[in-house]
Amino acid sequence: MTEQSTTTVPGGAGVRRPRGRDQLRATLGGRNLPYWLVLPAILYLALFFAWPMVQAFGLAFVGEDGGLTLDHVRTMVDDVAFPGALRFTLLLLVIIIPIEFAVALTMALMVNSPRLRGRGLFLYIYAIPLAVSELAAGIVWFAIFTQQGYLNSALQQLGLADVPFIWLDPRSTEQLLLAVVLAEVWRSTSLIMIILVAGLQGIPRDYLEAAELFGAGPLTRVRKVILPMLKPSIQVALIFRTILAFQVFATVIALTGRGATVLTAEAYRWQTDIRDANVAAAYAGLILALSIVSTMVILRLTRTPREQRMI
Amino acid sequence: MAVSRNLPRWLVAIPTLALLAAACGTDDEGDNGAAGSDGGGEVVFFSTQLAPVEEAEKVRTTILAGYDGEVDFIGAENYGAWVDRITAEAEAGDVTIDLLGGLHGDYVSLGTERLTDVSDLQEELSGAGFDETFLELARLGTDSTYYIPWMQATYIMVANTQALDHLPDGADVNELTYEEYAEWAANIFEATGQAKVGFPAGEDGLLPRFFEGYLLPAFTGGLVTTFNESDEAWDWMRGIWEHTHPQSVGYGFMQDPLLSEEVWVAWDHVARLKDALEQRPDDFVAFPAPAGPEGRAYMPVLAGLAIPQGAPNADSARSLIEYISAPDTQAATLREVGFFPVVAGDLPEDVSPGVQLQADAVAMQTEAEDALPSLLPIGLGDAGGDFNKVFVDTFTRIVLNGEDTRTVLEEQSAVLDALMQETGAPCWEPDPESEGPCQVG
Repeated sequence: MTEQSTTTVPGGAGVRRPRGRDQLRATLGGRNLPYWLVLPAILYLALFFAWPMVQAFGLAFVGEDGGLTLDHVRTMVDDVAFPGALRFTLLLLVIIIPIEFAVALTMALMVNSPRLRGRGLFLYIYAIPLAVSELAAGIVWFAIFTQQGYLNSALQQLGLADVPFIWLDPRSTEQLLLAVVLAEVWRSTSLIMIILVAGLQGIPRDYLEAAELFGAGPLTRVRKVILPMLKPSIQVALIFRTILAFQVFATVIALTGRGATVLTAEAYRWQTDIRDANVAAAYAGLILALSIVSTMVILRLTRTPREQRMI
Repeated sequence: MAVSRNLPRWLVAIPTLALLAAACGTDDEGDNGAAGSDGGGEVVFFSTQLAPVEEAEKVRTTILAGYDGEVDFIGAENYGAWVDRITAEAEAGDVTIDLLGGLHGDYVSLGTERLTDVSDLQEELSGAGFDETFLELARLGTDSTYYIPWMQATYIMVANTQALDHLPDGADVNELTYEEYAEWAANIFEATGQAKVGFPAGEDGLLPRFFEGYLLPAFTGGLVTTFNESDEAWDWMRGIWEHTHPQSVGYGFMQDPLLSEEVWVAWDHVARLKDALEQRPDDFVAFPAPAGPEGRAYMPVLAGLAIPQGAPNADSARSLIEYISAPDTQAATLREVGFFPVVAGDLPEDVSPGVQLQADAVAMQTEAEDALPSLLPIGLGDAGGDFNKVFVDTFTRIVLNGEDTRTVLEEQSAVLDALMQETGAPCWEPDPESEGPCQVG
C-alpha cells in the first residue's frame, strides 16, 4: 500500500526519487555504482548467451565459402517436415494459450478469495505440475493415452469399450493435438496461475470494496476492476507462455513420436540425426524470430495508455 | 550508515572480481581430472553400442566384471554425441578416452585419422578366429587394421504365437515372402479388428535400416542403383501400413509393444527384441525376414573396438580388447545383451531359451538359399543422417502422406544422387561395384 502510494506519480509528471535512496547511492559508489553492479550479469550474458546466439544466427546464414547465403533457410522451408512442424507449433499456441488463461484466471481468483479456507494448501497443490519436467509430463500422459494405457484399461474395466481405442493415432492430427494440449495445459497452467496470483495480491482491497459498495456484482468486479489492474501480470504471463509454446519439445516427442512434429523437434533432428548444424540453426533462428515478433505484438496489444497506468 | 560512508570505492569492485574469478574457476574444475597417466590407469571406454541404461549396467557389472583392471564404461547417446566428444578431445589436444566402441559405419564416418593402427594387436589375436570379411571391413579400405571386431548382430522378425493361426494358407513362417507377410497382416486385421503388425518408426526406431537392408534390396536387388525402380517396394509398404499399428510412428524398441501385445508381429534389431524373447520365450517365435522377388535381403551389423590417437591408457585399452575378444567374454556378451560373437566357435551351451530362439532365426536368415546380404552404408562420411533421411522422407511422403509413388521417387532419386555425388561414396553390396560414386540408375 504505502509503496504504491509513494511511487504513483500524480498527473504523470517526472519521476520523483525518494531521498533515502539517493543518499545511499552517493555513499556507496556515486553515479557509477549501478553500472558496476550490472557488469557481472552483462558479461555473463554476453559471453554465454549473446555470443553463442550471434554465432548460431551466423550458422544459419553463412555458406561453406564463408559468404552470406539463404541456402540453409531454403533447405528448411523446402523440407518435407517443415509445413507440418510450423502448423502444429502455431496450432498448439493458439489453442493452448486461451485455455490456459481461462483456467489459470479461475484458479487464481479461487486461491485469492478471502472466503476460501486453506488457500495456501490449494496454491501448493495447484503448483505441483510446475515441478514436473516437460519430458516426465509427456511420458506420464503417454502412459495414460497409449493403447494399453491407463485410460483404455479404465474404460474397458468400466465396460465402456470392448476394443482398446487408439488415442494417439498419427492419422488424426486432431487426436494428437488434443493429447498434447491436455498434457501441456496440465503441465503449465500453474505457471500462469502463479503470475496471476502475484498480480491479484497487488490489487488493493479498497478498490474491490469500493466497487462492491457501488453495487458491482462479482462478474462486474472482475471485468471492471480486477482485469484492468491485472493487465501487467497478464502481459508478463502471456509473453512467458508464448515463448514457451514456441519451445515445446519433449511433450510432443514423448506423446506423438514421429506422428506430429514441431519446430524445435526438427531443429533437434537436423542437429543430431542429420548432423547439419546450419539448417538446425535456421530452425533456431526462426523460433527466435517468431518469439520476438509475438512478444512485440503482445506488448502492443496489451499496452496500457499512460493516463491509465497505476504502477 | 556512518561506517559505509567511508568505504573506499575499490571495495565495491571486489564482489565483481570475485564473481568473475569464480566463473573462470568452474571452467577448470569441469575438466574432470584429465591428467594423463602412462598405462595401468582406469580405461575410459566410450561406446555408441550398449548405451541404453540396462545394457550399460550389464556391461559394467557382468561382462567386464572379470577384467583385471578399472574400466569406466560410458554410453554415447547417439553417433553425434560420440563423434563430437572424440573430435573435441582430439582438437583440444586433451584426449581422455582410451577405448572406443562403435559400429563399422561409425568408424567409416569418423575416418582413420583419429584412430590408432592396431594391426599388430590384430596379429596377436589371430588365434581367436575372426571372420575374414570382418577383418577386411576393419581395415576401413586401407592396408592397416583400425578396429578389432567386437560383436555382431542383425535384424530379424518376431511374432506372438497367437498370430501364427492367421498365417496365409501354405505359408511357412520361416520362409515367408513379403506378399505373404502383407496378407498375414490383413488376415490378423480381419480376424481381430485390430492392426497388429508393428514397425519401429519412432524417434529412436531403426526403420531406415528396414528400407536400406531389407525391403528395397529384396524387391530390387540393389539399393542406390535401383532406388528409382523401387515403386513396387514402396507400394507394398503402403499396403501393409493399412494393417500396421498406427502407434508405430512412436515405437523405438519393438520388444515393448510385443510384450504389451499391442503388436503381434514385428521386425527389429535383435538387441531390441531380446527382452520379449527372454521374458516369455514360450509366447513368441523368432524367424528370418521375408523374401522379395530378388531374394531374402538382410543386413549384418558389425561393431568394433578401436583406440583413439593420444589415448592416455592405450596399453590398458589393448589388454581390455584382448579380454573382450576371449571366448568367455564373447559368450557373456551374447547371454547378457544379445549381440553375437565375432570369434570362431560354437554358441555357448548355457544360453537362455530366448537367446536360443534368436540364434536359430539368425542362422536360418544367414544360411537361407535365397539370402542376400545388404551391408550398412559405407563411405558416406558424416552424411549418414542425410542418407537415412532420403528413405524416411520417401516413406513419409508415399506411405504417411499418400503422395504419388512415381513423383516422389523421381524427386527423391535426384536428392539421393546429389548426396552420392557429394560424398563420392562408391557402391556397396548388394549394389554392383562402381567406378567413382554410386549412381542412382
